[in-house]
Amino acid sequence: MNIASAYENGKLTLYLQGELDHHSARTAMRAIEQELEQSLARECVLDMSGLSFMDSSGIALILKAHKLTAAQGGKVWIEHPSRQALRVMETSGIERIVPIAQETGKE
Amino acid sequence: MNVSNYIKLEFPSKSVNEGYARSAVAAFAAQLDPTMEELGDIRTAVSEAVTNAIVHAYPDSIGTIWLKARILEGRVLEITIRDKGQGIPDIKQAMQPLYTTGGEERSGMGFTIMESFTDKLRVRSAPGKGTTVTMARRIRVRNAGR
Repeated sequence: MNIASAYENGKLTLYLQGELDHHSARTAMRAIEQELEQSLARECVLDMSGLSFMDSSGIALILKAHKLTAAQGGKVWIEHPSRQALRVMETSGIERIVPIAQETGKE
Repeated sequence: MNVSNYIKLEFPSKSVNEGYARSAVAAFAAQLDPTMEELGDIRTAVSEAVTNAIVHAYPDSIGTIWLKARILEGRVLEITIRDKGQGIPDIKQAMQPLYTTGGEERSGMGFTIMESFTDKLRVRSAPGKGTTVTMARRIRVRNAGR
């Protein structure tokens, strides 16, 4: 998997691309950690439009991003998850901690 | 029990094989004409079970994982993932949501996802001998006129 990023006015957007599973999670976590530390962003968006698969490893990754952002006094949220990623997030109850911007329905 | 088709796979517990395992089962399941949602559920459940074997059954070594998928009567896809790793000392505890021994990298949601994404989940484990996870998911007949 790949992570591209964009930064504007204190908002860091991380574009998650490919398949997020246990195999790819460690590299992804390190990349996110680095991006957040460098940018000191107050807002962090995890954009999932390019994510073709996510399992519970993604939940650990979201929680990590939440923890890091909260430590910097900021907040994190999710945008554009696929149906599959949304099901995993709903099952885990993560939206009680990290909000998911709604406008989904794509496969 | 009537088995109309099956596959059997064997692979080492390397994390790079997680993607292969879920794709192989999804490709096999395609003959039942599942919806995108059913296929997504199957891929996710397989990914969780295989990851568990890689992370917990063989924590410090590379062992073998056996995967079997069968199509049973009534359009039921049954998936079995077996390892000869260290086993789960307390299955009930391991299946609790958020329970994990995997540290910050794991969410403790693996069994919860397997349970809610399939119709049936059975876990058998013996410490020192290994674990067998069996999941079944019925693939619905799609409405005509789709």
